[in-house]
Amino acid sequence: MWRHCLLSGTVLWLAAAAPASAFMAFVSNEKGNTVSVIDTDSWTVTKTIKVGQRPRGIEFTRDGKFVMVAVGDDDTIQVIDAKKQEVVDTLPSGPDPELFTQDAAGKIMYVANENDNTVTVIDLEKRARIGDVQVGVEPEGMTISPDGKILINTSETTNMAHFIDTSTRQIVANVLVDARPRFAEFKHDGSELWVSSEIGGTVSIVDPVKHVVTGKVSFNIPGLRSEAIQPVGIGMTKDDKTAFVALGPANRIAVVDAVNHKVTKYLLVGQRVWHMAFTPDEKYLLVTNGVSNDVSVIDVAAQKVIKTIQVGELPWGVTIAPQ
Amino acid sequence: MSSITVTPSRRGFSFAEYITCLNGIVWREALRFLHQRERFISALVRPLVWLFIFAAGFRQVLGISIIPPYETYILYEVYIAPGLMAMIQLFNGMQSSLSMVYDREMGNMRTLLVSPLPRGYLLFCKLLAGTAVSLLQVYAFLVIAWLWDITPPPIGYLTVLPALVLSGLMLGALGMLISSGIKQLENFAGVMNFVIFPMFFASSALYPLWRVQEGSPMLYYVCQLNPFTHAVELIRFALYGQINWISLGVVAGCTAVFMIGAILAYDPSRGLARRGPAGGET
Repeated sequence: MWRHCLLSGTVLWLAAAAPASAFMAFVSNEKGNTVSVIDTDSWTVTKTIKVGQRPRGIEFTRDGKFVMVAVGDDDTIQVIDAKKQEVVDTLPSGPDPELFTQDAAGKIMYVANENDNTVTVIDLEKRARIGDVQVGVEPEGMTISPDGKILINTSETTNMAHFIDTSTRQIVANVLVDARPRFAEFKHDGSELWVSSEIGGTVSIVDPVKHVVTGKVSFNIPGLRSEAIQPVGIGMTKDDKTAFVALGPANRIAVVDAVNHKVTKYLLVGQRVWHMAFTPDEKYLLVTNGVSNDVSVIDVAAQKVIKTIQVGELPWGVTIAPQ
Repeated sequence: MSSITVTPSRRGFSFAEYITCLNGIVWREALRFLHQRERFISALVRPLVWLFIFAAGFRQVLGISIIPPYETYILYEVYIAPGLMAMIQLFNGMQSSLSMVYDREMGNMRTLLVSPLPRGYLLFCKLLAGTAVSLLQVYAFLVIAWLWDITPPPIGYLTVLPALVLSGLMLGALGMLISSGIKQLENFAGVMNFVIFPMFFASSALYPLWRVQEGSPMLYYVCQLNPFTHAVELIRFALYGQINWISLGVVAGCTAVFMIGAILAYDPSRGLARRGPAGGET
């Protein structure tokens, strides 16, 4: 009996002592022309992968086998094998690709080409460009509705969020938002679209059915000039209750109550915080700090910054392998 | 000057007797502290003024890089919190020494020194009592700091305790050593100008040493030699569950040196106190 107890105890102890499931985060370093790989167990950079010129938008394929990174100055998308951690392929795009998104099945990819005012449509299986959609000037933010029917692109200079029907590849609506919209994110239930405006200093809440701005999130950090508050990346928790907004040179992440659209907390991170990604278990949120060349780790439940890790030069985007 | 010497009995003293003595001294110090509400409030107001006013002004000015024990970027008020904890202990240590001067002037010290227990032990008890009072003040400050969003890990509130005891003893012993040389209560203002202010400002309490080094390499070395810097760093690391071994060594060493110095100084046969004014106790 006591042996049985001892054995069970040892198994339990070993289970408790085992590290939490580790993930691999890939960070694009815009100026360093590299991608840093971070182990989320040890919180260390385990590898730095040399990629093309000016890597920015970065995302895992839906199957978690590859990482795609938009290398703007090489006018292409590079494909990194997540296991080998090396560039294995390239995908066609228009000039200066910046951000992109995929459909739910991971078969079609939509790329915003900053210098061409177009969104390129790529068939990921055939690795071929299958069409283009003309949008506003300097397209950047890209997201797709949870039902996959509507693609959103924001154009920085036109100050619009373009609603594109994914079946016809035609723009069905344009919504004017505040100056320089950088990023767009749907709530998981599809009820709201959030668009961050870098110069406007706000996040617009858009009704995706009526195509109107229904509310705005504004930010105020005591002691900081309003010009220093420049919202960019947005991360929404799976329950749609909390959003995290990167505020660029304000060096803060705003924690926003996603129900009443009010800021509840500001978290200090590194300089010029830009984009972010949750770990699949949503325990942690990784944010890239461009000017201080590091990535900060936020404990999502505690809403606290727990660590900051040095990466390459000018980290821009981050993606974490899906489970 | 009269000196009271009591020869301890040859049988020595029991552990219970030592504890009774310790209890008496600590209890008296605690009662005195509790009855002086203004002292408690002023002990808290001082660091809070630094925290709420000084730190707020510097919040955006000072860029704090990531230095151990911190693992990410911190606000300035988070940085200065350990320095303010040490400041509470520094003032408390000096105030305890002030009370020794007062006791000597008022004649209360006679009561203490007629105890047959060894004088070194009596002084150590007095130090412990002062440190216990400083712990009360520091933990009250930590509660307010927590409300101000200065939230070290929960275990830090426990791990910082031994560091606070050691730094409290060091600063108390320093105060005791200084008090032995002070002839009158009025001279205590000099302690403020010549001990408290230089120790506090030439340390890592307000600015990280790398920043001091950028401004003045000379001042950097002064800060490195300042035992108060090491008290601050010992507290800072302990508050985050870590040990700064160099600071621990320096603080432990300084505590021993200051204590021995204070015991010698309060020894009526050869100490500094012998040169005290007429009416002095020892």
